[in-house]
Amino acid sequence: MVSAAARRLDAPDNAEGMRLDFLGVNHAFALEDRPLPVLEQIRFNVEPGEFVALLGPSGCGKSTLLRLVAGLEPPTQGQILEDGRPITGPDPSRVVVFQDPTLFPWRTVRDNVALGPEAQGLLKSHRTRIDDALALVGLSGFAKAYPHQLSGGMAQRVALARALVNDPRLLILDEPLGKLDSLTRISMQGELVELWQRSGFTTLLVTHDIEEALFMATRVIVFSERPARVKADIPIDRPYPRHRGDPKLVELRRHLLELLGLAQTW
Amino acid sequence: MDATIESTTTLAPDQVASSEDAPPRLWLGGLGAGIAWLAAALVVEFWPNFDDWAYTTELASAAGALGGGLLFASVAGRRLPGIDRLRSLAPWLVALALLLTSWEIFTAKLNLLPRPFFAPPQAFLEVYFEDWRRLGECVIRSLLLLAPGFFIGAALGFASGVALGWSRIAGYWGHPILRLIGPLPAIAWLPIAFFAFPSSWSASVFLIALASGIPVAILTWSGVAGVNSAFYDIARTLGASQRFLVLKVAVPAAMPHVFVGLFMGLASSFSVLVVAEMMGVKAGLGWYLQWAQGWAAYGNMYAALLVMAVMCSGLVTLLFKIRDRLLAWQKGLLRW
Ligand SMILES: Nc1ncnc2c1ncn2[C@@H]1O[C@H](COP(=O)(O)OP(=O)(O)O)[C@@H](O)[C@H]1O
Ligand SMILES: [Mg+2]
Repeated sequence: MVSAAARRLDAPDNAEGMRLDFLGVNHAFALEDRPLPVLEQIRFNVEPGEFVALLGPSGCGKSTLLRLVAGLEPPTQGQILEDGRPITGPDPSRVVVFQDPTLFPWRTVRDNVALGPEAQGLLKSHRTRIDDALALVGLSGFAKAYPHQLSGGMAQRVALARALVNDPRLLILDEPLGKLDSLTRISMQGELVELWQRSGFTTLLVTHDIEEALFMATRVIVFSERPARVKADIPIDRPYPRHRGDPKLVELRRHLLELLGLAQTW
Repeated sequence: MDATIESTTTLAPDQVASSEDAPPRLWLGGLGAGIAWLAAALVVEFWPNFDDWAYTTELASAAGALGGGLLFASVAGRRLPGIDRLRSLAPWLVALALLLTSWEIFTAKLNLLPRPFFAPPQAFLEVYFEDWRRLGECVIRSLLLLAPGFFIGAALGFASGVALGWSRIAGYWGHPILRLIGPLPAIAWLPIAFFAFPSSWSASVFLIALASGIPVAILTWSGVAGVNSAFYDIARTLGASQRFLVLKVAVPAAMPHVFVGLFMGLASSFSVLVVAEMMGVKAGLGWYLQWAQGWAAYGNMYAALLVMAVMCSGLVTLLFKIRDRLLAWQKGLLRW
């Protein structure tokens, strides 16, 4: 379902994805009595246009790492570079989709998608882009609906459109499909991969679903328990569209389960 | 991306099937209410009064006209516009007719209740017919006092609430002040206000502004402070400035709280209004009430109370209408 509207969104001004360098990133939260170290010496690179999945035990610090990449917080120590320059704050070229769609309930679906252009003062020039983004996620008919009228999957699609309308060079996904039912999840996995292939942006995906990581990503990075360290960095060299029964992927799945300490469940 | 098509069709916009019941020939509730009001008219007109009461015939005619109208509506049924909204009112209309009839019997007809304190229904009519000019002027004077006070208070309360919730410095300095001043009833400032302000009108505007401003400030503040921080994160990654975060994120997210504050402020501004009119401003409904009491004109008092109730209730209804319009995005709003 690659519509004309979708193609228009594909022709971005900066077709290149973003390159990321994590240079020994440490991060700790200040609890009442002592600091809580969450990230320890995170060091890896992401090439432009890669789709990197981050796997790790719950609470190890994956979301924290994404917040640092988004520029919502500065790391306690170390640096993250975007195309060689340090990240100092949020920017619409790096957009985030969280597990909760967090749509603004007082705005219609269209006005939610228009949030980025409006905040950047580009509302007038981006009118068709906004409509295209809505069409891209298949929700043109719901432009005037309010978020409470949407199902979970539809709300997450709106959140995706709200991110994509900004023509990002890095798409940051924090368990974006985690709360959806399994059918919606599977179909949206396919859609996201297609979108990424067409648009060329770099993608960072946190997921707790190994199959999801294997189905979508070009590379999986496995983190240790908190404080998170990079435990393994595994390329997934399989062509798209992938098949969930692919024996190579099944083998990788066993390997990843082992790394996460769950080998006996296989 | 086949799934997109699928999910859009499963949740197509509501198609409300309008029920095409055959229109009932006769509106039974309306028939009952019509008969009740006609009976009330007959009692008022033909049961002789214990004493002389003016406007007895007018009262009977009004009740009779209402009864006749209801009878007509019950027969004409569906063809009248707006009849559906009236339908559910039938029990209330019957009850009001019965209330009027028994009130009339206990006062005007049998004189069973102590006289100056309990006026018969026609005494209301007498007041409205003979004193409408003064009552109307009092309503206008009350509104002219209430409106500036409430709007100034709401605006300042809203602005300071946003500042308190947003700015650390404003919170640091404002919090202790609001904690000390907030719980104090605005009326307590009355002696100082009447002394410090050049006119009793400006003093009363100040008191009303204070009474309405403080709940608005507190609720706006808590609304802004309680905004889900994920909204800010989203807006910041999309390129929002500080100004955008305040005006387009914090303020709309706090609106439900702001309206709670506005309702509380409106209610307390009513009580300050009445007290201020009784104590200093020699005009308005509060003053009318006191004036009527001074002359033992209880009919006037009840009549003015009814007008005041209608006025306050009307203003609250207006505020509800505004809220329903502005907060249409919220689910499960309280209906007024
Ligand atoms: N703002 C915060 N203040 C204090 N501790 C935090 C904060 N955010 C996250 N944490 C803690 O940091 C750890 C990692 O959290 P997170 O990055 O959300 O993990 P996950 O890998 O599940 O996404 C958790 O123990 C969490 O309690
Ligand atoms: Mg997380």
